[in-house]
Amino acid sequence: MPAGATYDKIATTTLTSAGSIDLSSIPSTYTDLVVVLRGKSSGSTNNIRLRFNGDTASNYSNLRFLAYSGTADSNAQTNMTSAGIGDWGSIEGAAIINIFSYANTTTWKNYASRSVEPDYTSMYSGQWRSTSAINQITILYPSGSLATGTTATIYGIARA
Amino acid sequence: MPLLTTQSAKGYGFSNLVSATAVTSYESIATAMGTGSSRTITFSSIPSTFKHLQLRIMAQGNGPGGYPTSLESFRLNGDTGSNYATHNMIVDNNITTTQAGNSYPTNNAADFFYLPGADSSFYGNVIIDILDYTNTNKTKVLKNIAGSDRNGSAAKGRVAMNSMMWNNTDAINSITIVGDSTYHGNWSTSSSFALYGIKG
Repeated sequence: MPAGATYDKIATTTLTSAGSIDLSSIPSTYTDLVVVLRGKSSGSTNNIRLRFNGDTASNYSNLRFLAYSGTADSNAQTNMTSAGIGDWGSIEGAAIINIFSYANTTTWKNYASRSVEPDYTSMYSGQWRSTSAINQITILYPSGSLATGTTATIYGIARA
Repeated sequence: MPLLTTQSAKGYGFSNLVSATAVTSYESIATAMGTGSSRTITFSSIPSTFKHLQLRIMAQGNGPGGYPTSLESFRLNGDTGSNYATHNMIVDNNITTTQAGNSYPTNNAADFFYLPGADSSFYGNVIIDILDYTNTNKTKVLKNIAGSDRNGSAAKGRVAMNSMMWNNTDAINSITIVGDSTYHGNWSTSSSFALYGIKG
């Protein structure tokens, strides 16, 4: 029998000035997290990324599958100080990031994301090599800023 | 304490803070955990009261891992007939591949996604959408997004989008996932398989 309703909206925010988005004090009461992003870069930077718990060490990696201008491409990034989640530049884009078992303290954390904007479609699988529970997510451009008006909504999914 | 804040180049600000809400059409049906001694996970007696299903997996096996031969088998309603087909878009590290996986009607289960074998705290993940699963007028189609990234380690990283057909119009009432016997092995005890229903 179904165990009950879930997929709860935890919070949403809209940037009131260019910068990064910091999702903090995330409750540990869910199994997975979903972050829905809508926005663009304030400049020409086009690789949007995340960090967990403010960790700026080289503990991130990701695989990217990218289609743009009629071309399919892919790459692996290792020992990074942030992890890729999408590809938008100065044109409005959207991304959905799924973060699995974020509160467990046994496994390294991994995520899957999909990103779209008119010129780029991409899919990521990434990892944060830490067994810490995730309580903070920062969405950023390492060498740029998210534009004013960029919106993030975070949801929690609890399993039976 | 706010749950969510924005950090801008000009300072800190808060906008559109919203409290958690319980209104949702997404419900948890059941969760199965790996036992360390079995490579089979089964969800049975799936209720027919939803429009769609979603299965969210974070798992590893206790075998040596490796791909593409360690694809996990996916079977619906216990059907062992040659009724399954899959197509895949895959990135194995830097190599992009598209392929037809199982070619209908030659397989008795769908090789639907890859998950890693035993390797420290390294797990893979899959989200499977099972659409209109009770409709008896439609052949069933499924899709997933799957990933496992291991900091560039060859033979362990993969991101993929896969589709699957089960050439049957029966309502789906059970799902069976079987780990590859040679490379994957039994599901570890931290492996999680969570089934959700979505109302339509």
